[in-house]
Amino acid sequence: MSLSSNRKAILLFLSFLLLLFSMCASIVYGYTDTSWKMAWDAFFHFNGSNEHIIIQNVRLPRSVIASVVGACLALSGALMQAITKNPLASPSVFGINAGAGFFIVLAFSLFSVNSLQAFTWIAFAGAAFAAMLVYMISSLGSDGLTPVKLTLAGAAVAALFSSLTQGLLVLNEAALDQVLFWLAGSVQGRKMEVITAVLPYILIGLVICTIIASKLNVLVMGEEVAKSLGLKVGTVKFFAACAVIFFAGGAVAAAGPIAFIGVVVPHIAKYVAGNDYRWILPFCAVFGGILLVAADIGARFIVMPEEVPVGVMTAIIGTPFFVYIARKGVRAS
Amino acid sequence: MKKYVSLRIGNVISFLIDKKAFFLTFVFFLAAFFVILVSASVGEVMISPVQVFQTIFGIGDGTNELVIKQFRLPRILISLLVGMCLAVAGGILQNLVRNPLASPDIIGITGGASAAVVLFLMLFSDKNHSLTVSIHWMPLAAFIGAAVTGICVYLLSWKNGVTAIRLVLVGIGISFLTKALTTLLMIKGPIYQASQANIWITGSVYAANWSQVKILFPATIILLLITVVTVRTINIQSFGDEIAIGMGNRVQLTRFFLLFLGTALTAVAVAFGGGIGFVGLIAPHIARKLVGSSFGLMLPISAFVGALIVMLSDLLGKTIFLPHEIPAGVFTSAIGAPYFIYLLMKHRNI
Repeated sequence: MSLSSNRKAILLFLSFLLLLFSMCASIVYGYTDTSWKMAWDAFFHFNGSNEHIIIQNVRLPRSVIASVVGACLALSGALMQAITKNPLASPSVFGINAGAGFFIVLAFSLFSVNSLQAFTWIAFAGAAFAAMLVYMISSLGSDGLTPVKLTLAGAAVAALFSSLTQGLLVLNEAALDQVLFWLAGSVQGRKMEVITAVLPYILIGLVICTIIASKLNVLVMGEEVAKSLGLKVGTVKFFAACAVIFFAGGAVAAAGPIAFIGVVVPHIAKYVAGNDYRWILPFCAVFGGILLVAADIGARFIVMPEEVPVGVMTAIIGTPFFVYIARKGVRAS
Repeated sequence: MKKYVSLRIGNVISFLIDKKAFFLTFVFFLAAFFVILVSASVGEVMISPVQVFQTIFGIGDGTNELVIKQFRLPRILISLLVGMCLAVAGGILQNLVRNPLASPDIIGITGGASAAVVLFLMLFSDKNHSLTVSIHWMPLAAFIGAAVTGICVYLLSWKNGVTAIRLVLVGIGISFLTKALTTLLMIKGPIYQASQANIWITGSVYAANWSQVKILFPATIILLLITVVTVRTINIQSFGDEIAIGMGNRVQLTRFFLLFLGTALTAVAVAFGGGIGFVGLIAPHIARKLVGSSFGLMLPISAFVGALIVMLSDLLGKTIFLPHEIPAGVFTSAIGAPYFIYLLMKHRNI
């Protein structure tokens, strides 16, 4: 499917409206029974009632965090697939989720850190550390950073970190209970500060994205072609990698590891937007946001009154759609 | 010095033997043998290697015989076979879909087995959390789960034939879905089952016994023999569709057959070893780094590497934190990944 620019713009706008609508729905629907009218009142005629407090302090942050995290995950997945030239790549191939998880469990077992606020920074540090390690290992050697080396080094480092995490958890069973909710990935119970803490990094990532989007179009044509067209391949890859760290690191810091969106949404975006990264990236951001917000709403209802981890819902909602797209025809690069 | 030695027996059999690969296979074979010995002698009861030999040849004393023959040997053999199956399955799948990230986990086969096991624990438990049927049926449940998922992935990727990219993408989607279902079932079910299921999903060879070996051993041998026979078609697949067709390969038929082979290998492995991860991903890469990507050369090495990783993980799991037993699946990547990273850094130009 390949649409003209005008129609893509309209579609993007409509998707954006859908995102806003699902964010509103996320504010209105949940375990506590509230109505659209009540949500409106909570912001404009606040009366201090329980429902209003829940809407302002619980549902609003949750909805914002879900949309931002979803967008970040999808963007970092698209960048990752572009620089590794592997349609299966996701931020977790950079070891981001595994690194963040390992740091969290380590901090918890050694220093008994267990506040969500502290988790945010530790997770971000872990994500950045793992990603830099992968980047270093794969840039060794005279041929520099090749997609294959990056992919393999990433897979190995990620495996190593998650194995260490599991080992630590086996040794310290108390830690398991405490950090399991974090390791499952969720946007529940987070305060707005969680997202404002990582927002500067996400904004830097967005700036990088707008600058390199057109260069990614050249990069995916292949290393040699890109070089002969005068692209500074190493620099573009480096900045793309930085953006991945900012996005995925921010996302994992705010919501814990959520796997599905990073792999799947870029393919859905490519299906709609064609091969132009200047379109793919915005579509990724919006679709990622919609998927995570919708999944988060579903997660509240499927086993009411309990909640399932949002990663479970993203897979249940996203997979049928993804399989459909895969059958329709996904671009290999 | 020549790279190959040619082996001819009359006019019928003629092979080129790659010296390096042959040598490395031999080294890994010895290493595996050594690990088996160590693993048989180390544990809660320490038995010297000499006594291990005596016991295996039937001249040891009674206690040792019980410990080694009844408890340790079946467990070691299951680790060995499970590791081999997973590594070979990973190698086949990576060549089949031409993607270095492919592994039995990533295309959903292992995930399907996990979901089936959790479902099994849920369906056949009574209110007191004890199973209403024998636990020995669990491998069957895992096998069915893996097979059904493999078939689903294949059917869903079929549209005038199956392309590598479609296969792997559908596989990824399905694998996420099976993981979601597993989590959902574990949340809905009682805690007791969740912890049972968790041990299985991590992968453990704890409860191995001879009757399992009796099933797994012939199954592995048969599947490995089939793999050896099909090495040429596996190599051709890795060149891509056009070249494979040009060389007279029936691509769709081969692809179906290879997926079937990979699924069968994974299914028997997870049936007895649980969802041991990373072996299928990393072992083939290690072998490829050592001898190159010709499947015939890397096959035996990756099988032995896989066996070594699982046996060592189990050895660590049962000794490091005595008296606690740690599932083998926890250590597979702690052992495999550093070696792989070392190889990646050493062989700089690949």
